[in-house]
Amino acid sequence: MANERQVIPSRGGPRMGFQRPKNLGATTRRLLAYLGRSRYALIAVAVMLLLSTGAGLAGSYFLKPLVNNYIVPGDFAGLGRMLLLLAGIYLTGVIAAYFQGRIMVSIAQRTANVMRKDLFDKMQDMPLCFFDTHTHGELMSRFTNDLDNVEMALEQSVVQLVSSVLVFVGTLVMMYVLSPILFLVTAALLTGMIMLSVSISKKSTVFFRSQQRALGEVNGYIEEIVGGLKVVKVFGHEQVASSEFAGLNDEYRSSATSATFLSGVIMAVMGNLGRICYATAAIMGGYLAIHGRLDTGSLVAFLQYSYLVAQPINQATNQLSVVLSALVSAERVFEVMDAQPEVDDGTVTLVNVTYEVDNSEEGTPVEAPEDVVTNEWAWKVSQEDGNTALIPLRGDVRFDHVTFSYDGVTPVLKDISLYAKPGQTIAFVGSTGAGKTTITNLINRFYDVQQGIITYDGIDVRSIHKKDLRRSLGMVLQDTHLFTGTVMDNIRYGRLRATDEECVLAARRASADSFIRRLPQGYDTVITGDGANLSQGQRQLLAIARAYVADPPVMILDEATSSIDTRTERLIERGMDALMEGRTVFVIAHRLSTVRNAKAIIVLEHGEIIERGNHDTLLAQRGRYYQLYTGQSALE
Amino acid sequence: MIKKLWQYLGQYRRLVVASPFLVAIDVTCELSMPLLMGRIVDTAIPKMDLNLILQIGTLMIGLALVAMFFGSMNHRVAAVASQGFGANLRQALFDKVQTFSFSNIDTFSTASLVTRLTNDVTQLQNTLLMSMRLLTRAPLMLICALIFAIVINARLSIILFIAIPLLVAGIALVVTRAQRLFREVQVRIDAVNGTIEENLIGIRVVKAFVRENHEKRKFKKSNDDLSGTAVRAGHLVVTIMPIMTFVLNATTVAAIWFGGRMVGLHTMGTGELIGFISYIMQILMSVLNISMILMMSTRAQASAERIIEVLDTVPDISDATPALAAGGASADSGPVVDEGSVEFQHVDFKYTASGKGENVLSDISLSIRPGEFVAIVGGTGAGKSTLVNLIPRLYDVTAGQVLVSGVDVRDYKLATLRSGIGVVLQNNVLFSGTIRDNLRWGNSSATDKEIEEAARNAQAHDFIMAFPDGYDTDLGQGGVNVSGGQKQRLCIARALLKKPRILIMDDSTSAVDTATEAQIRASFRNNLKGTTIIIIAQRISSVQETDKIVVLDDGRVVGIGSHEELLATNPVYQAICASQMEGVIVNG
Repeated sequence: MANERQVIPSRGGPRMGFQRPKNLGATTRRLLAYLGRSRYALIAVAVMLLLSTGAGLAGSYFLKPLVNNYIVPGDFAGLGRMLLLLAGIYLTGVIAAYFQGRIMVSIAQRTANVMRKDLFDKMQDMPLCFFDTHTHGELMSRFTNDLDNVEMALEQSVVQLVSSVLVFVGTLVMMYVLSPILFLVTAALLTGMIMLSVSISKKSTVFFRSQQRALGEVNGYIEEIVGGLKVVKVFGHEQVASSEFAGLNDEYRSSATSATFLSGVIMAVMGNLGRICYATAAIMGGYLAIHGRLDTGSLVAFLQYSYLVAQPINQATNQLSVVLSALVSAERVFEVMDAQPEVDDGTVTLVNVTYEVDNSEEGTPVEAPEDVVTNEWAWKVSQEDGNTALIPLRGDVRFDHVTFSYDGVTPVLKDISLYAKPGQTIAFVGSTGAGKTTITNLINRFYDVQQGIITYDGIDVRSIHKKDLRRSLGMVLQDTHLFTGTVMDNIRYGRLRATDEECVLAARRASADSFIRRLPQGYDTVITGDGANLSQGQRQLLAIARAYVADPPVMILDEATSSIDTRTERLIERGMDALMEGRTVFVIAHRLSTVRNAKAIIVLEHGEIIERGNHDTLLAQRGRYYQLYTGQSALE
Repeated sequence: MIKKLWQYLGQYRRLVVASPFLVAIDVTCELSMPLLMGRIVDTAIPKMDLNLILQIGTLMIGLALVAMFFGSMNHRVAAVASQGFGANLRQALFDKVQTFSFSNIDTFSTASLVTRLTNDVTQLQNTLLMSMRLLTRAPLMLICALIFAIVINARLSIILFIAIPLLVAGIALVVTRAQRLFREVQVRIDAVNGTIEENLIGIRVVKAFVRENHEKRKFKKSNDDLSGTAVRAGHLVVTIMPIMTFVLNATTVAAIWFGGRMVGLHTMGTGELIGFISYIMQILMSVLNISMILMMSTRAQASAERIIEVLDTVPDISDATPALAAGGASADSGPVVDEGSVEFQHVDFKYTASGKGENVLSDISLSIRPGEFVAIVGGTGAGKSTLVNLIPRLYDVTAGQVLVSGVDVRDYKLATLRSGIGVVLQNNVLFSGTIRDNLRWGNSSATDKEIEEAARNAQAHDFIMAFPDGYDTDLGQGGVNVSGGQKQRLCIARALLKKPRILIMDDSTSAVDTATEAQIRASFRNNLKGTTIIIIAQRISSVQETDKIVVLDDGRVVGIGSHEELLATNPVYQAICASQMEGVIVNG
């Protein structure tokens, strides 16, 4: 979250147990490719960074000539001139630092923007099975946590990391220039202290791991118990839960205390490392000064550097952990981007046609010019001889020995064959998990069959361009999803070019018009949060209107659940009936009226068709359909 | 607010009090460094006194070691206190939440409670840690450094009193403007996340209508809006460090200018001047740190408010009212549920305790005999779930009373009352662990035989045994490894293990197919003869053979009787049946 970014660097000491990306090199290169779009801006940042770092380092070095040449001899006019020069250098540094920060913000935001867009676009291109195997929370956190991490690291940490290294190296160089002997002493001390803190931090990884694990357990327990709190209460399980939690909580407390303490100790060690360097430099410098081997100006400048030398080390460790965790985040984002998108090798497309009158009964379809919209559609099939054929869209759907499994192990549909003629209604009935929804998911190729074939107007659905296939199919799903926008926008979702009048007409046909008009702003009422301000029945009616406006030759209807009250049910029934008229309809049926009128009723059980026929023949069979319809179990 | 939270520090209070003293020692040691260095440069070197250099130098190293020790002590203290505080707070919240009634749970929502117990507690815990590490340190540093600076040279210190207000003003200006922008950024972030979320939920609709490109365009717009605002906010924030550096540099230049003259006039030593410059940096860094900590603390404040809201909630159902001092019963015993009769006497109920809003139940009078098999039917919103929830006192009646086993439910100890009543909730959950662990919720000391018997009665035994690990099958968090219908049967078995006098099933077989459901009913009728069973069901087929059917409509009882009686006389029941005859033939 943008408001959670820290403004000050290096708060809180080094974070131990760095997260490491699995493939550091590849991920970094890929992130750099994104940054490459801003390469000139990056060059500008590098120049600014050098200027501001140089200015900072020069400031301390200036103490030497200031003290030796002007302050000690008392040349105040010269001091004034030198100070003006110093002020100029400082000012340059400040301005450079400002622009460096400013440009970097723009780069980071631009990069995050592009990555977010790429990720979203990629998500839109993923097949449904991808969403079955990834939870919403998991995908959401790619957009929120992970992209935020990347953005924050780019905005601050990367530059700070580089600048810390520059400052550190620069400081060492200046120290060497001022006094090689003092430099050697300081360097030796620094090395020892750094090794010490590295060894502490290595030891502390164990504690950090156990802290993470304990935290996971505590949070998991909270989620589970609070989520099931009503059950806890009903079973009087409160005491048990509290005492179980106390155990987990205490475990977390003790491991977290150790981990936090160790990270603090490292802060203390690193902080005082600078002070000890400073003190040692003061003693050694004093000694050298007494023996005339070091002038006062050099000594004070050197001391100034050694006072600050530890700071960049601290900062670099902090920023390194931020950058590494950003790389881990980037890797997670790239993983999603690399996932296999929905395959679409279909070549058959859907085109507008006009019919030329000729000898045949229907006439011959001719493809309409691109900007002409007719209400006639045809499949455009390219043939082997290079010509194209136009097959009129009629809505003839056949399943031929179709077998399907979601996971490749448990078959959900076994050897299904069925045939829907244009204009027929086919109803699927059966208990939960029998495979009703799966059948409809195969028609529109949300999933692809593993064995057998599904044809649409005689064409294998796998050879039809997916988007065109789906455009020819209307869907009303059991759980209705609406999008943020007005009621009108949501109806128009069915056909983006529909006029207001067409949308209102669709709503009227779907029996949705009357309730829409009663909404505060009528058709302009804004729907938020997946239609939270509408009842389930109202959402269903809008979904019907949405399908209506699309006006496809084939409809797939997953009927409303039984939890809708009778009055709304009747309203929806009327809408559904209007929608079904004159189309090929596949319906997962719950209402008898739908089933009774269906041309064919298919009873599914465990992925197999166990009965088929019309209402009367099936009732007469006294089989599963009879059972489901009457609620009578054969066992009784 | 701090006073409220202070009590959760408990045994760690002393540590929090001790911390500033440890920090003070650390800071004093650290800050004496430039002062001592000044002595070396100004006194020892001109005097060529190597001994003095060594003395002062050793003192400096000693002070650094002392600082390291006390600094580490403070880190220890801070770690213990902050983690302890977090643990105390978490436990207090967890225990508090366990006392919540259903209506308390409804008010807060599960997700919000989880956030309060996890993120908000962590936020406060980190704030305490940071405060003990830095909050006391920054002001102490500021004060001590100022004192040292004044000790070195009071006149030169005047520039500090100009610099500090300048820096504060600069930061304040940026921060106030930035906060406004950040709120705007947050709104845009919400919009972007909203778009992503609704696309995740509605992905089937997007794909079915081939609206991928449409959604991409919509997203691009909100994404660009976000970036635009975030860039503006970011550009503002990046001014803080340059402002800080500018003030620092300007002050340093001024100090060298004025101080340099003093050195030239021998009213100040070179070392003192260098020491003074070091202090300038300490002072200004402290000012920056203080303002940043204050800015961060506003977030902690929001967390604290959310936590206190939970802690201050009074559970609206508790044991506190043993009104009927029945026959001098001791506090422990009280009445028990010894037979399964239930009686509603003129019960009114509304969800808002304030008494506003409409009645969900009005004037319900109903009597159920021990061992009766009762069904409750009615449309959505008729009040069926509410009615049964009053029996185990998950909610309290607004008027009238509910008697179980002849005693008002409010006169039972909650634990006693609920142990006598088995409830299978509509939205039921299983917990991580094995099937056996979950069933044992009903009775922690149940034998394997009892568990199996309960599972058989709920028609769950067969599918359990079909799992490779049988009763030891791990369910995963929230019972993800079983289907909806299986989950419902496990929940029924779990309630059966309580061997309750009264078993309430709120639409608990909706995902179970009709045949299995009939088997469950049959085994209930054969094996649970003495148990009062109250079911809520959608399907007429599920209820038609029960002893008694209660028809609810709009919060009122509009009919009680057998299927045949009601079918003959009751218009509401007739309507329900009619809608099902031409309506629901398959459920779910």
